[in-house]
Amino acid sequence: MDFSIIFGNLDIYFEGLKNTLILVSISLVIGLIFAVPLAVLRTSKNLAVSGPIQAYVYCFRGTPLLVQMFIIYYGMGQFEPIKASFLWFFFKEAYFCALFAFTLNTCAYTIEIIRGAIENTPHGEVEAAKAAGMSNFLRFRRIILPSAFRRALPTYSNEIIFMLHGSSLASVITIIDITGAARIVNSRYYSPYEAFLTAAVFYMAITFIIIWLIKKLEIRWFAHLRRE
Amino acid sequence: MLNLQGYGPSILQGTILTIELCLASLVIAMFLGIITALAKLSGSRPLNMAATAYTTVIRGIPDLVLMLLIFFGGQVLINQLGPMVGYEEYIDINPFVAGVSTIGFIFGAYMAETFRGAILAVPDGQLEAGYSYGMSRFQVFSRILLPQMVRHAIPGFGNNWLVLMKTTALVSIIGLNDMVRMAALAAGATRMPFTFYSVVAINYLILTSISILILNWLNNKYSAGIIKD
Repeated sequence: MDFSIIFGNLDIYFEGLKNTLILVSISLVIGLIFAVPLAVLRTSKNLAVSGPIQAYVYCFRGTPLLVQMFIIYYGMGQFEPIKASFLWFFFKEAYFCALFAFTLNTCAYTIEIIRGAIENTPHGEVEAAKAAGMSNFLRFRRIILPSAFRRALPTYSNEIIFMLHGSSLASVITIIDITGAARIVNSRYYSPYEAFLTAAVFYMAITFIIIWLIKKLEIRWFAHLRRE
Repeated sequence: MLNLQGYGPSILQGTILTIELCLASLVIAMFLGIITALAKLSGSRPLNMAATAYTTVIRGIPDLVLMLLIFFGGQVLINQLGPMVGYEEYIDINPFVAGVSTIGFIFGAYMAETFRGAILAVPDGQLEAGYSYGMSRFQVFSRILLPQMVRHAIPGFGNNWLVLMKTTALVSIIGLNDMVRMAALAAGATRMPFTFYSVVAINYLILTSISILILNWLNNKYSAGIIKD
């Protein structure tokens, strides 16, 4: 192990850290914002509403993130109309394509997580809300969603960590995230241990911080279930 | 219909390689998983600590980073170790071996958690009854524990298998000719990346759909005689 390689290149790693954190947090936030209403619609009994969402979730959960990213980054250039339109301004940027792919991917997984939590709502709670004369919207807002979020939190924390790990794929399409930084260092010095072990330490540190934060959140959200 | 410009057979070859890779990694993952699960439940402190370290570290690092570490790092390591045992020639790591061992190693950790839960779900009394009949440890494992834990392991196992299949797409990055890489080559030659990557995506969808059908069938088979509430 040659530590001078690691310490001499820490600035590349911190640049990578910044990109990883931006990519992961933006895609998670946008994915979650879209996932909540789509998950509610997904539970609809009307097949015209729930069908397309189900198809979207099935396609994105059934294919690798890498392939999704390639279809968006390389695939869009195949169509002349896209290349001619303003859309090309976005799709020619690797950064936007990675963000787009990650968002679509995490949104699909999150829809499934929230749908599961909504369907596990105790029937009595829903009946009580109906008996109290709540409208559909009010019932979701006050009764179903708050308890569904609590039930979804442990599974969603796994999704956050999967997204963090999945974001390492951005390095394949030229983005300098933590993995990208490690690949630069490896190709510059031909020192795979130093390069990739440093990246591994960065990822592990972020993973443990996320787990710790979620634990804190769980303690807050589940305060009413704690025994004295 | 889809015009693959003569690249259909090469994509098919890549698909076959992907399937081989999945199955080979699965064998390693299950082997490592069961050993790690037993180590975690063995009650021996050093074994327990080693198993916990393994599962914790693996779950903290992205698959791609581990794969690059094993592929590039393993190359350096083997060529440093080679001369020590008197082998002077340069050794190239086979990407298939690197891919299979990395994916097997990663999913061994996930399988371990699934198996550990499944073993704990088998009531203690069952095992005690086995011992009191004078069965050896191995007999209790193979006759009592294994048949009963399968039912509890199938849902988690199925999830791990679906994730494992999608992870195999990463081997294209270390230069293995799986279907993603074959599609990349075809896309480069024909300038039709969307078409070829979509074909790969559909292939993955077919593989996952077949897997889900088989897993459901297995689940029903092993739940025979269990009353659902």
